[in-house]
Amino acid sequence: MPKRLIYIGLIIFFAGCKGEQKVALEASEVFASKGVEIPMYDFESFKPLLNINDGKTRIINFWATWCKPCVAELPYFELINSRYPKDEVEVILVSLDLPKHVESKLIPFIQRQNIQSRVLLLDDPDANSWIPKVNSEWSGSIPATIIYKGGTSNFYERSFTYNELEKELKKIL
Amino acid sequence: MKTLKILVGVAFIIAISAFAIDKVSSPKIDDGYKIGDVATDFKLKNIDDAMISLADYKEAKGFIVIFTCNHCPYSVAYEDRIIGLDKKFKSQGYPVIAINPNNPKAYPDDSFDNMKVRAKEKGFTFPYLFDDGQMIYPQYGATKTPHVYVLEKTAQGNLVRYIGAIDNNYKDASSANEKYVEDAVNALLKGEKVPVEVTKAIGCSIKA
Repeated sequence: MPKRLIYIGLIIFFAGCKGEQKVALEASEVFASKGVEIPMYDFESFKPLLNINDGKTRIINFWATWCKPCVAELPYFELINSRYPKDEVEVILVSLDLPKHVESKLIPFIQRQNIQSRVLLLDDPDANSWIPKVNSEWSGSIPATIIYKGGTSNFYERSFTYNELEKELKKIL
Repeated sequence: MKTLKILVGVAFIIAISAFAIDKVSSPKIDDGYKIGDVATDFKLKNIDDAMISLADYKEAKGFIVIFTCNHCPYSVAYEDRIIGLDKKFKSQGYPVIAINPNNPKAYPDDSFDNMKVRAKEKGFTFPYLFDDGQMIYPQYGATKTPHVYVLEKTAQGNLVRYIGAIDNNYKDASSANEKYVEDAVNALLKGEKVPVEVTKAIGCSIKA
């Protein structure tokens, strides 16, 4: 039985590279097992992550372990994450796995694949209300990716190769 | 003159291939039916090996067409609710027609044999059809499972009246307070306009 830690109201702070802006996300729960910690958010608490203005470029990828094309492109996101300096580019992998599958599927997957990018769980069942807030063009299928810096943001409801992803990143960087 | 013709031909081919490359690199997702479009009929194999078409349902007033599958946790989460919809609305003229759009080469769980197994396990009360060759779902524009199309049978054909999710809570049926498909069918049965015609949902991508 994996250990499950619950911190209701856990506050995670992460500062921008120059410390100009702090964005606090309030996780509703944190799953922890096998040395992997996955915070879980509803859309309201996740939303600030889509709008951080600190000069850093963020790549936010919506995926799930059951989504084959998502899993296929994850290595490219990992490669971007490792190749670019931390204070310039941050890759955030937003899992849409069901909470009941976090310990049985998501955490073992992250461990097996040795995922280094930040992974969090978005759990908000009223998808029709939040999907359009991510992007009005999004039908809700995954993989979907946002690349943004400051006020410039591009949205993609598609899969990427490494070169395609890097090309889109460079448009924003 | 002949050279000109060849040149025009070559230019045309270049233009077409440029377009094709563009299409490949950024596939358009939002193709497919809009509200009010006539939905195509089909002839697909059911889990009892019979071929099923919408036209077979002479008495139906419409259909709840649901693209769904075995492997997707979101589809699985909705299975009982899909059975519930069929039980509630089949007798009122709106049967559920479930279609598995996935290519079993990409998702072995979604093979025709595994569809039979799953349907038996869950006691599906509705046809569960296999979109062999993945020909039908692109015409509807289904992008994920589950993805619902409520159709109303009219003199012009089966008109699309609702596209989207079953309700607003994939995790817990009892917490869903917007039952989009039920509301749509109830409105159609009363001859009223469907209150919410299009909704968005997370689901498992059909395209592998």
